[in-house]
Amino acid sequence: MSSVSTAVRTGFARGGIELRQTLTNGLDLWTYLFPAVLLLGTIFFMRDATVPGTDFSLGARTLPSAFGMGLAFSGLVTVASLLVTDREDGTLLRAKATPNGMSGYLVGKIVLVGGMAVISLVIQLVPGLFLVEGLRVDAGGWLTLLWLVPLAFVATMPIGAVLGSVLDNPRNIGLIMLPMIGLIAISGIFYPISSMPGWLQGVGQVFPVYWLGLGMRSVFLPDALAAVELGHSWRHLEMVGVLGAWAVLGLLLAPVILRRMARRESGSTVAARREKAMQRVG
Amino acid sequence: METLTGAFVAGAETPVEERVLDVRDLRMRYGSNDVLDGVTFTARRGEVLALLGPNGAGKTTTIEILEGFRMRSAGEVRVLGVDPAAGGERWRARLGVVLQSWRDHGKWRVRELLHHLGTYYADYSTPLIRRPWPVDDLIDVVGLTPQAGKRVGQLSGGQRRRLDVAIGIVGRPELLFLDEPTVGFDPSARREFHDLVHRLTDVDDTTILLTTHDLDEAEKLADRIVILAGGRIIADGSADELSRRIEGESEVRWSRDGSRYVHSAADATRFVRELFLQYGDDIADLEVRRASLEDTYMTMVRDFEAGRGAAAASVFEGVR
Repeated sequence: MSSVSTAVRTGFARGGIELRQTLTNGLDLWTYLFPAVLLLGTIFFMRDATVPGTDFSLGARTLPSAFGMGLAFSGLVTVASLLVTDREDGTLLRAKATPNGMSGYLVGKIVLVGGMAVISLVIQLVPGLFLVEGLRVDAGGWLTLLWLVPLAFVATMPIGAVLGSVLDNPRNIGLIMLPMIGLIAISGIFYPISSMPGWLQGVGQVFPVYWLGLGMRSVFLPDALAAVELGHSWRHLEMVGVLGAWAVLGLLLAPVILRRMARRESGSTVAARREKAMQRVG
Repeated sequence: METLTGAFVAGAETPVEERVLDVRDLRMRYGSNDVLDGVTFTARRGEVLALLGPNGAGKTTTIEILEGFRMRSAGEVRVLGVDPAAGGERWRARLGVVLQSWRDHGKWRVRELLHHLGTYYADYSTPLIRRPWPVDDLIDVVGLTPQAGKRVGQLSGGQRRRLDVAIGIVGRPELLFLDEPTVGFDPSARREFHDLVHRLTDVDDTTILLTTHDLDEAEKLADRIVILAGGRIIADGSADELSRRIEGESEVRWSRDGSRYVHSAADATRFVRELFLQYGDDIADLEVRRASLEDTYMTMVRDFEAGRGAAAASVFEGVR
């Protein structure tokens, strides 16, 4: 029992310190600002377009969709790449050499990635509100946020951790990036999914990105806009079903895969990776 | 195996509860390749033990098995009385592992990192051993006080290494593992590191197991040296004992009638006596050089690196 509370306490401390670090160095600040600038630029150029079949601004529809995409991206890609780099540079081995270090490490990563996702969201939301009109959050919207954001993390972070455990080299993050970009393209983030061929709509609806985009639209857009979605509804039940299925899959797979990955970490595996990295540099 | 029987008897006499490390017939096999082939040794509380051997001798494999980071193929292993393959968090809290540094925690500040890592050990504090080590004292012990507020990524190589040691001992370990601690050091950094290890053994009753391929380092740091080659222990004893036990060939040099001669003799005294009996006053420039531990070790390493494992082990035949 005491080890659980230690893991939570040390994990939150760890996540807090690392989150603060992302706000005090240039590179990390840039990774917050760059996507925000890109997104706001895109929305700015969309300002005269409308959602097909309505006179509602396409930009105002894209902004919340992109929030959903951001959550999925944090949970999948950020988690995976943090795990791969922490394994390569020996951070994970240090955690393994510390009592309850692995649990503390995992809690810390969840806090860090969750915090980074929220900071990114705020950085995109606040200026976004000045660029587009028509966004509003009612009581129901706040309630939706309360379950949607945690569900987003539970549905994506374990899968991200599995991906990060399977990859062994920070250079292979591209293997996740490319399918992720493809997935975003077919998930109705920047343009409604209803304009895509039926089979692509089917594929898009298997993955969390579409549902997180839809969920965020249901929070920020007027209910009338549900009419242009598939099934003419925000489909919260189906949303919980699909995201829940990913959560279950991830929570079943992640402990097994993470444990297997952690078991293999030792001084010589880290040394071998360093050797490889040095060869790349030199 | 009857390597250095004397040392083994001494090891066996160490009371079980005093044995911080107890390794019996440890084996590690990858496919058909025996990396460790019946390794046996013990370490007493407070002892500094060096696992010495050429690269590829199995030192790192051994230490990683003891750290609980690698599963063994066979053999009995007890580390602080616990099988490392089944060691829990409480056991882990009593160990210190000094890892080879790399780029980890580069954004953290020195004091912040040590304080954070220390908090994991607070649950395992006992009336006898207060855990963790108070962070400012610890920083002082490893000599990083001027760098306490610096980011880890900005430390110099030597400073970074001292931080690695500090991380290894922040939980006041009863047993500390140092795997090749000074690889890639310049002589002054190496000396600094040796001073630090001496300070540690003075401050606490910490048992230390270190691996090295450098005999000089083993002699400077360790109470006892275990020499590993080809996955087997070929010698075990203090540096003094090992030197004394080497009854290798001595080298006798002399000159007679303007010619110089060199001869290797197992019994140099007898050889010299016979030399004088035969030539008397004709002998000049007599020099008898006994094989040192270093010579013997270097011969072994050379044989081993040339792929002559059996020959390497036999270099220490005289020791047995």
